[in-house]
Amino acid sequence: MIKVLKPGLLSSIQDLGRTGYQKFGIIASGAMDPFSHRIANLLAGNEENDPSLEITMMGPALTFEEDTLISICGGDLSPSINGKPIRTWRSVFVKKGSELKFGGCQKGCRAYLAAAGGFAVPEVMNSKSTYLRAGLGGYKGRALKSGDVLETGKPSLQSLKMTEYLSKQLLDKTFVENDWGIASKLIPETAGNPEIRITRGRQFDLFSRESREQLFNHAFEVTAQSDRMGYRLKGPALALSEHAEQISEAVNFGSIQVPPDGNPIVLLADRQTTGGYPKIGQVAAVDLPLLAQAKPGDALRFAEISNEQAQQLLIKREMKLKELKQGIFLKTRGGN
Amino acid sequence: MNLQLPTFIAKAGEIMEYTVHPLGDNAVLIELGNEISEGAHQKVQTLTAFLEKHPPDWMIEYIPAYTTVTIFYNPFEIYQLSDGELPFDFICSLIKPLMEELGENKAMEARIVEIPVCYGGEFGPDLDYVAEHNGLTSDEVIDIHSSGSYLVYMIGFAPGFPFIGGMSEQIAAPRRDTPRLKIPERTVGIAGMQTGIYPIETPGGWQLIGRTPVKLFRPMDESPTLLTAGDKIKFKPISLEEYHYWEETDQ
Repeated sequence: MIKVLKPGLLSSIQDLGRTGYQKFGIIASGAMDPFSHRIANLLAGNEENDPSLEITMMGPALTFEEDTLISICGGDLSPSINGKPIRTWRSVFVKKGSELKFGGCQKGCRAYLAAAGGFAVPEVMNSKSTYLRAGLGGYKGRALKSGDVLETGKPSLQSLKMTEYLSKQLLDKTFVENDWGIASKLIPETAGNPEIRITRGRQFDLFSRESREQLFNHAFEVTAQSDRMGYRLKGPALALSEHAEQISEAVNFGSIQVPPDGNPIVLLADRQTTGGYPKIGQVAAVDLPLLAQAKPGDALRFAEISNEQAQQLLIKREMKLKELKQGIFLKTRGGN
Repeated sequence: MNLQLPTFIAKAGEIMEYTVHPLGDNAVLIELGNEISEGAHQKVQTLTAFLEKHPPDWMIEYIPAYTTVTIFYNPFEIYQLSDGELPFDFICSLIKPLMEELGENKAMEARIVEIPVCYGGEFGPDLDYVAEHNGLTSDEVIDIHSSGSYLVYMIGFAPGFPFIGGMSEQIAAPRRDTPRLKIPERTVGIAGMQTGIYPIETPGGWQLIGRTPVKLFRPMDESPTLLTAGDKIKFKPISLEEYHYWEETDQ
């Protein structure tokens, strides 16, 4: 059981999204940075889709009411336990009564806290993700508030093995970190002003030549009007070569659409299911975690890759993740 | 997941014309037409009826729209099962026989859904504006709106939000210059040549003419929305008393 002392800016329960209901206009939601969410779960011995807590910019203060195996991955929001910094991308065993707090954003802006067993919230329409606008799913359909109490589910055998190993080293300490973590080469470099690889959008050719060039030659700033639904960007105004009405069609995580004012919007986890604005680009899935860690004020640069390259890069990353998963399993089962 | 190619059924039937396009690394968009029309809508309905009846094992979900159906898949799973082929290419090779098989299938017959609406008053603060704008009385607007026959082309924007075609030009009205920050759920509105119903409270710029007591978004039901693409709608004017009675009994 974990008690919420302070909720932070926006802390919500998320999994890998609500699939199967987009045909009803129900948005997918899910973790903004699915890569970090998945690894946080693996390090807590969970399934990749188990619900984690997505923490945004200013993190919460939480008290552990029982000994708990956790992991925090994604952005570095300066987590500490009873005042002592803890490392991200690592399994951490926390003693009952300890308090987890967050400080400033060191790198990125979203962290994922996974606890062994996953957070126990009811499944709504095939997912435990919070659908903030409809007030559904997650913890009572909303972001956390002070006084909330989060329960965790039944830990897996993997979680129990990790707990067994770490609890022996706890002694009189308030927490113990595992002696291995995720290799830094696997962790996306999230320090400010990232270059994001994109493919051409469905309506790329309808944009003026100048706009098509500007997309790749200019920086676009993430504005303050950015949230889980999408990032509104500011840069040179992008325009179609001639006015053309678009027929609404499906959009995806990372679709870059351009409304009439010329300022592109990158659609993210809480995007609507369909859109009627022309799409100039599409963020490659492999770079969505980088994008999700960009914060207002950061400047993005877009680099063009082909659809083939985008899928190949994703496959490579998934291969590494698969190896990592096997590695974690072997380390844990092999007596660490 | 079993990734056998669907059986090819040879026949004399016509093959629906289509093109395929990637939409990100995990989706393929199938385009079946290039303008909003009942013809294109019928094609979309035929394909989605087929996907409902015979969901391919590689399909995660699909999103239908006016002229397109977008199917989502897991590129890494496809890669592992396809001997290293590029997932998008492999998916396209699965779609071809699927589209050929379609010829023999038909869209499901349209359901007719009656939607009771309490027009005007506090539920429809813009009814008078719509009337004035078109040189009509409010009652005439209600008559025209509720005598029309409407088709739900697609669902999008919000859970269960229908994109409806078939409204009379006589009651068309432009969007408000400044959108309202909150439009209550179940409000019926007009924007340009379109009419629609807000399933959940959202901001919006539509002219509001009434409200229905019927819930369009039912998250706990197996089918979580009242309307789906392909439905036919009839609006039925009801009194404020009837509205309250419906609201209490329906929910």
